[in-house]
Amino acid sequence: MAYDKFDILTSSAVPLPIENVDTDQIIPARFLKATERKGFGDNLFRDWRYNQDNSPKSDFVLNNELYSGKILVGGKNFGSGSSREHAAWAVYDYGFRCVISSFFADIFRGNCLNIGVLPVQVSPEFLQKIFDAIAEDPKTEFEVNLAAQTVKILTSGEHESFDINDYKKGNMTNGFDDIDYLLNIKDDIQQFAKSRPF
Amino acid sequence: MSSGKTLFDKVWDSHVVRQVEDGPDVLFIDRHMVHEVTSPVAFLGLKNRNIRVMHPEKTFATADHNTPTINQHLPVADPLSANQLKMLEENANEYGISYWGLGHEKNGIVHVVGPEYGITLPGATIVCGDSHTSTHGAFGAIAFGIGTSEVEMVLATQCIMQPKPKSMRINITGELQYGVTPKDVALFIISQLTTSGATGYFVEYAGEVFRNMSLEGRMTVCNLSIEMGARGGMIAPDETTYHYIKGREFTPKGAAWDTAMNYWQTLYTDEGAEFHKELTFDGSQIEPMITYGTNPGMGMGISNDIPNAEAVQGGAATYRKSLQYMKFDEGDSMLGKPIDFVFLGSCTNGRIEDFRAFASIVKGRQKAANVTAWLVPGSHKVEAAIKEEGILDILTSAGFELREPGCSACLAMNDDKVPPGKLAVSTSNRNFEGRQGPGSRTILASPLVAAAAAVTGKVTDPRELMEMETA
Repeated sequence: MAYDKFDILTSSAVPLPIENVDTDQIIPARFLKATERKGFGDNLFRDWRYNQDNSPKSDFVLNNELYSGKILVGGKNFGSGSSREHAAWAVYDYGFRCVISSFFADIFRGNCLNIGVLPVQVSPEFLQKIFDAIAEDPKTEFEVNLAAQTVKILTSGEHESFDINDYKKGNMTNGFDDIDYLLNIKDDIQQFAKSRPF
Repeated sequence: MSSGKTLFDKVWDSHVVRQVEDGPDVLFIDRHMVHEVTSPVAFLGLKNRNIRVMHPEKTFATADHNTPTINQHLPVADPLSANQLKMLEENANEYGISYWGLGHEKNGIVHVVGPEYGITLPGATIVCGDSHTSTHGAFGAIAFGIGTSEVEMVLATQCIMQPKPKSMRINITGELQYGVTPKDVALFIISQLTTSGATGYFVEYAGEVFRNMSLEGRMTVCNLSIEMGARGGMIAPDETTYHYIKGREFTPKGAAWDTAMNYWQTLYTDEGAEFHKELTFDGSQIEPMITYGTNPGMGMGISNDIPNAEAVQGGAATYRKSLQYMKFDEGDSMLGKPIDFVFLGSCTNGRIEDFRAFASIVKGRQKAANVTAWLVPGSHKVEAAIKEEGILDILTSAGFELREPGCSACLAMNDDKVPPGKLAVSTSNRNFEGRQGPGSRTILASPLVAAAAAVTGKVTDPRELMEMETA
């Protein structure tokens, strides 16, 4: 499924300074019964966000009006555990287009790239600066520039570069997905398939 | 000096259709397993693009994640679950994919039935929209979990696009102590590496401990590779592997077997091949393991005390938050803690060997009155073996009931949910907050530890019960 092109994102950010945030927290398994990709944002971080009687937990960041924006900032090893792409869908559907962390779990990172959420990996030191800047002023804006591969704290001007391979960068910039690419080399794949022993 | 190739390199490189410049490899997939939860949106994608499944004969579907474990002969009561199962059946029929749904004799957990029917083969690339696909690495396959966008890619083109992971070899030398199972070996490794210590890597497990391990045990170890962040784990095939796969329904036969064997016998890491990272542990130092926190890296030998926050890797705040959720304190012993639930099953420990181990402890004893136990075989084939081997009689005499196959309380998508605040000893793979039901608390352990807890009603070192038998 093609998605919106990613260029430069300027936004405030929502901080979640917790390590090892697993995809069961991002979207609990009981919400994986859908057969279409819609409405997952309502259940993003469901059990951290709501009490069991469905009342909002006032101390959770998504229920705090001070914090908003299209960038989610998480602690180290964000997105570990289950391969459920629903976690990335929930992040996207809620309105985030970028997740910043000092370390991502592999499958979650790949899922994000496949659906148009940009995972930005920064150093632990720069991640701390981002958390500090938000703590100082929740309205602090950040600029994520895909072409330049930089993330900048706009109030202080401090910035850091991040890695993304040229292929994925091209996809994100143009809103392409891998299936478009693979379908274009279908003949090569069919030829290759003939060489497999089983 | 140029060195040899690793097992991982050999299998990966032989599946690369092309390399994208400054991008991922296009990797050909030999086997694609599909289940009801992560596939519907992928099939929808095919319909929207108006394309067919490229290789339905390499694709296998089973219902497992979202199925009841009692009364499977009745219609599924939850309308959302019923709809998801119906969608999988319709999609399988429409695209000509083998489908082993509820009630089918081959039904079971995708990572249990794949090996049972010879779908899983050495040297193959195997993917499924489930992170525990790493299980199949036990056969010397490259197997890993993928997201739904990738499920759609494989359905459409039999390929995915992945950068090649780095390689790591973990050697476990020596001999395991009595009462130490493959689950303990895996939980030990994860406790050493942490829940993210192998992220970015594909792991090869090597050394005497794995050479001497049954294929079921190897599956348990490879299954848990993802819990330290690894993309997957694999073990070079050997006689144990060939003996396991020979004669199974989808295993090559006759001349095809001989051809395959010629290939399989090349699947080992060459002398001198280099890994990005290599670790060695002494297997004789591993004791039965238990977790105390909310990720599988938070584990320790069962006789140890819960470490202090300052003594562990990672942030102290996150660590304390985790213990607070579990209602445990730094310095606590886990032994003697009263428990409420026991779950034996899942793609990690739902095989016949796991039921044999559980039965060896509960035999001649009784389930503790304060414990609710869910014993869920990984497949109908496992269920049949439990009955044939007389294990069901042992379980029944001890006050346990056997349920029907499925993922069950491992992820609690069905009704098998541990209630809020209750403590479960589980042979599954994840102790995340709420994993077994909102507010549930999970201790991960081996089938032996689970059995010891089930009959004593508290966390108990299984070796105490095993020694009683031999005394």
